[in-house]
Amino acid sequence: MAEAMQLDQALPVGSAGKRSGGWWGVLVLIVTEGSLFGYLLFSYFYLASQTEQHWPPDGLPSLVMPGLNTLILLASSVFVWASERCIQRRQMRWSLASMTLALTLGICFVVIQLREWSIKTYTMTSNLYGSLYFTITGFHMLHVIVGLIILLMLLLWIALGYFDERRYAAVTIGGLYWHFVDVVWLFVFATLFLSPYLY
Amino acid sequence: MTDVVQSSPDLSLRRVPEIGSAPIGSAAEIRLAQLWESAPGWRGWLSTVDHKAIGLRYLVTAFIFLLMGGIEALIMRLQLARPDQVLLTPEQYSQLFTMHGVTMIFLYSLPILSGFSNYLWPLMLGSRDMAFPRLNALSYWIFLFAGIFLYASFPLGEAPNAGWFNYVPFAGLEYNTGPNIDVYALGMVLLGISTTVGSVNFVVTLFRMRAPGMSINRVPILVWGTLTASVANIFAIPSVSLAFFLLWLDRQIGTHFFDVVNGGKPLLWQHLFWMFGHPWVYAVVLPAMGIVSDALPTFCRRPLVGYSAVALSTMATMLLGFGVWIHHMFAAGLPTLALSFFGAASMVISIPSAVAVFAWIATIWLGRPVFNTPFLFFAGFVILFVIGGLSGVMTAAVPLDFQLNETYFVVAHLHYVLLGINVFPVVGGIYYWFPKFFGRMMNETLGKWSFWVMFIGFNLGFFPMHLAGLLGMPRRIYTYAPNMGWNAVNMVTSVGSFIFAAGILIFLVNILISLKRGALATPNPWDAPTLEWAVASPPPAYNFAVIPFVASRHPLWEGRLDEGGGRSSLEQGYLLMEGREAIGTTPLDAEPDIILKMPDDSYAPFFLGLFSALAFAGLLLHWRDFTVLMAVACSLSLMAWMWPRKALVQRVADSKYNKGAAHG
Repeated sequence: MAEAMQLDQALPVGSAGKRSGGWWGVLVLIVTEGSLFGYLLFSYFYLASQTEQHWPPDGLPSLVMPGLNTLILLASSVFVWASERCIQRRQMRWSLASMTLALTLGICFVVIQLREWSIKTYTMTSNLYGSLYFTITGFHMLHVIVGLIILLMLLLWIALGYFDERRYAAVTIGGLYWHFVDVVWLFVFATLFLSPYLY
Repeated sequence: MTDVVQSSPDLSLRRVPEIGSAPIGSAAEIRLAQLWESAPGWRGWLSTVDHKAIGLRYLVTAFIFLLMGGIEALIMRLQLARPDQVLLTPEQYSQLFTMHGVTMIFLYSLPILSGFSNYLWPLMLGSRDMAFPRLNALSYWIFLFAGIFLYASFPLGEAPNAGWFNYVPFAGLEYNTGPNIDVYALGMVLLGISTTVGSVNFVVTLFRMRAPGMSINRVPILVWGTLTASVANIFAIPSVSLAFFLLWLDRQIGTHFFDVVNGGKPLLWQHLFWMFGHPWVYAVVLPAMGIVSDALPTFCRRPLVGYSAVALSTMATMLLGFGVWIHHMFAAGLPTLALSFFGAASMVISIPSAVAVFAWIATIWLGRPVFNTPFLFFAGFVILFVIGGLSGVMTAAVPLDFQLNETYFVVAHLHYVLLGINVFPVVGGIYYWFPKFFGRMMNETLGKWSFWVMFIGFNLGFFPMHLAGLLGMPRRIYTYAPNMGWNAVNMVTSVGSFIFAAGILIFLVNILISLKRGALATPNPWDAPTLEWAVASPPPAYNFAVIPFVASRHPLWEGRLDEGGGRSSLEQGYLLMEGREAIGTTPLDAEPDIILKMPDDSYAPFFLGLFSALAFAGLLLHWRDFTVLMAVACSLSLMAWMWPRKALVQRVADSKYNKGAAHG
């Protein structure tokens, strides 16, 4: 095999996009984080299937604000993706603008979600549903906040001129994490807001 | 930090790695040593990211936990030696058996295997370090702090006391008002972080850090074992961390997940715990089985019989292992259909296990065994594995499990499995790799004594537990009445456990003597086939002066085995010395893919570990502001850690349109 292998070709050096260690590391991190949400949603469905309580206690949830918020979060993912594309095309200003927009949309999500929390008639401790609702959305909120800090750092690094079209692995990897935070919200949304309509 | 920057290293974005050789004493070799060695003194000690130093720390720390758990067990055996003893109060006994389980299962059995794998993986894979050296250091520090955390309440008489699987509602606030369970819950979440980042590191290392030519079917079985365990941990750890976190929320915030009065379900705890717990059982044995699969053939003077079958059965065991957790809950009142399904699945696991057992037996049978200490431990392991496996199949049968559930039969089974498949290979593995770790051989006479005393003591101690279980003795009782018919088995068990402890003591004495006076070891004292034996004993800081090119499964036995595929190249290979560098290869074929810039030593892992442990201490003590402060300190440490560096080519060193560098 050693003979068949090409050993004298030029190789990229350092954190080269998806060949970097960080890309692989965050992929594995996402698998384990995804499992965490899997177990959270398992707990929800397990308890929901066994409960004798009124479920959800307020009746079917309104889909308007959570639906809008979902769109906001997905839009922010699109702008993170666009920001990376702009770096590839050497449009650093557009990249900066796109990342700023993504960050702003992420903050909007947090504000709307906090408002959603505040208008609930129950709290984390008032009943079983409340415990589940606030724990699951709380876990997701924590991930959004971590993601927003990452976006903020990326914004700063782009502004400092750390990246060009040859090396920008941090944006690829940080973006991957943000996409995960957004995709996992779709599962949370489907569980908490859509599944009650099914039974 | 030990930044050894001389003659500004090449930071171009693309280059052809230089092929050459770097014999000991050459200018290239001296340069490599300067690049990779840690600073002397406490600075280097706190900041090192060398996988060998971290691996040894894991081994030593985990072994100290083994001794602590062992002493707890001995105290319990004194209490149980005769009926109606009053050495311990019931509460003391509860805390002892809980801490014994927690220590052995969480603080000893996986960490000791992580120690082996941390030390050995890069050497076996022909790499200069793990994929994430700093993460590796973080994983150790958090493990250490979590261990201290879990023991912090022990001297106060407030240790975890609801058994290692900590069932609710007994572990809930209603029945357990002290800090005991909170220490356990938070400590386990903290430890989970350590295990998770360690597992991420192993998975990425396997896929990216193998020497060129070491295709996926050429890696040693230990690597398969640890990979399988790590992948399982990635999926399973979140379950137990979540369970403990929800329990902590129930206890401290007032949520209702396990609160029966308000619609919570205690069985949710059992599901979450065992969905993690059963894969964990395999996580703590598969790497140990890997140790045997790699080391046993050396003493049989032939390759392992059925490499592919053993590698595949390793993964099959784990895959099935995710579908059997209900067998811990047979007596919990689940539907018969579920019991039948999970009982059948549990029995199916004996098939891949048997594949491995027959592979080892065939290896011994077809080889020319050398009966020295490591061989004895590995052969003894095979026997104990068969006995423990058999009692496992028995308890997988639902009706028999109804009878044996919560008796000493289960205790006997799990000790045969955990000591037989973990402790015996671990001690054998230490005898085997001790020369590599420390450059000295262990004493063979004391070695044989330690094996026979341990083996006899173990069987004398744990086999009668089967009988105690069949006689109906429940586990976790602090004493028993003299007329139950359990007196003789308990006395024999207690005597056996002390003999076993004497065997461990002989082993420790052997280590101390051999460290000072053992014969000096050559690079390959056992004439073994794998790459870790190609480097000096102990290995230099950079591991391999040149990155080898691997052409077969047994690079050091190519002269006598005709496996095809040509010869490996160990003297001639990639030099990679523009700063700390390693080669990244493709996941399956291990073709060169990228030149990785490896980080220098760093204090960030130590401080991140410390701050996160303090944050958990703050949660435990309800110091809200302190916890927030520590969380902020964690974030700042992480930002400093992640900040893109020019030296690692995480960002461009030159201005954007400099024409000097080749494009990427």
